Amino acid sequence: MLALQYIPNVTTLGYDPTKCNGCRKCIDVCPHEVFALVNKRAVIKNLDACMECGACVGNCEPLALSVVSGVGCAYGVIMGLLKGTEPTCGCDEGSGSCC
Amino acid sequence: MRNQITPRDGSEEFNQPASGQSLNNASVLFKFGESPSPEKKSIIRVTSSKLKFTDRLGSWKARWNIGRMRYTVEPGLYSLGDPTEKSHVFVSANYKMSFDRLRSQLKGRDGWILVLDTKGINVWCAAGKGTFGTFEIVNRMRIVGLHDIVSHRKLILPQLGAPGVSAHEVKRATGFTVIYGPVRAEDLPEFIDNRLKATSEMRQVKFEFVDRIVLIPTEIVLVGKWALLAILAFFLLSGLGEGIYSIDRALSDGLFNNLILLYVLFFGVILTPALLPYLFGRAFWVKGVWLGIFCVIEAGFFFKTHPDLFPGWLSSIAWILMGVATTSFLAMNFTGSSTYTSMSGVVKEMKIALPVQLSAAIAGLCLWVVSRFIH
Ligand code: SF4
Ligand code: SF4
Repeated sequence: MLALQYIPNVTTLGYDPTKCNGCRKCIDVCPHEVFALVNKRAVIKNLDACMECGACVGNCEPLALSVVSGVGCAYGVIMGLLKGTEPTCGCDEGSGSCC
Repeated sequence: MRNQITPRDGSEEFNQPASGQSLNNASVLFKFGESPSPEKKSIIRVTSSKLKFTDRLGSWKARWNIGRMRYTVEPGLYSLGDPTEKSHVFVSANYKMSFDRLRSQLKGRDGWILVLDTKGINVWCAAGKGTFGTFEIVNRMRIVGLHDIVSHRKLILPQLGAPGVSAHEVKRATGFTVIYGPVRAEDLPEFIDNRLKATSEMRQVKFEFVDRIVLIPTEIVLVGKWALLAILAFFLLSGLGEGIYSIDRALSDGLFNNLILLYVLFFGVILTPALLPYLFGRAFWVKGVWLGIFCVIEAGFFFKTHPDLFPGWLSSIAWILMGVATTSFLAMNFTGSSTYTSMSGVVKEMKIALPVQLSAAIAGLCLWVVSRFIH
């Protein structure tokens, strides 16, 4: 199957390798295999696959990672613009499937 | 501890929590049959790995958004099979489909399921909002008194819950180690048998044909309400023309134009999920433009064989503009259902796409109204 790839060079993911302790948590939680472990340090091997979900950041204890996370959802971004709030999606309606 | 749990069918409760019960006091299991003192009880509900017909019907209804009810289960602790203090604890959301998906994969196993209060939202969305998160995990563990129910100190979380959770903070607050399970519940048995190790395959979110196709009902419901408004508007506007307004024309031309509208919506709503990887371009609005172009080509063939139905050039150009704007917008909207789009990417594509789509739609609509008068 053709791999689905989204727009490149946009992710806000930031990484400071000097703080990494090699705990592997980011590798465990990332849904798109952005990280790999090389010589007991995390390395970013596929930056453009990052969907800015924030999972790695919240689970990195030494604070080596950062990201401006948010919903990758056009409807959410539009609603955010209209209401003047952070982009959120329509999950509140209980539809249970959205972003 | 075993004799306190009498297996029953369904997910009945053993006891209702007393109102105003303090969270800290809830941590002791009471013996079933004993009259518990209000501060010494915790409820354990019983569930099973078998999905009943009503469960399946329920998830079908939830996909089609029938009833608009919240499709939820009570937050709290559930026992599955015949668990002991050594059995695994699986954490889930109180969206019933998340809960059902988890328990149906635990056939023939014993375990505990800790259902968080995610306001009836699935794990992935709730994690994004933080309702599936560190705070609620710690809170729910205290409410059910998990410390006294299991002797080990491990929690198994769905990996998709990770955006809301900080494993090290859960550890700090409760002493429990968070282990992230696989993305898909189907991989759970293998994950458990593999001593709680997930392969990198299990860690990846996919978006394959079936994953996309099951989203179509929800998409139809979402777009449906707007589509009904548009259909109504086209019936009303189709009356415009020679002699200003005619009801007959509103009905006959309205029907014709609404058929074109439905045809455009079919491309946008059904074919976006189906053809997603095969549509050229990374930005979703571009993928949608391709669908619009297919739409026009198909319509061209149709009117070639049915020239008597051809509505004229002006109205055709109007429809090309409106059609491409619509399929492009619908495809862009599908970013919300996709599993790999980033917010930065969506914002970037919308900055280009929205002005293009809006101007095409408005230009198309104006042309279309003009075409009503020039025949
Ligand atoms: S989670 Fe943080 S510390 Fe652990 S391997 Fe990844 S970057 Fe390094
Ligand atoms: S933000 Fe999400 S997708 Fe991006 S690197 Fe972190 S875990 Fe992976």
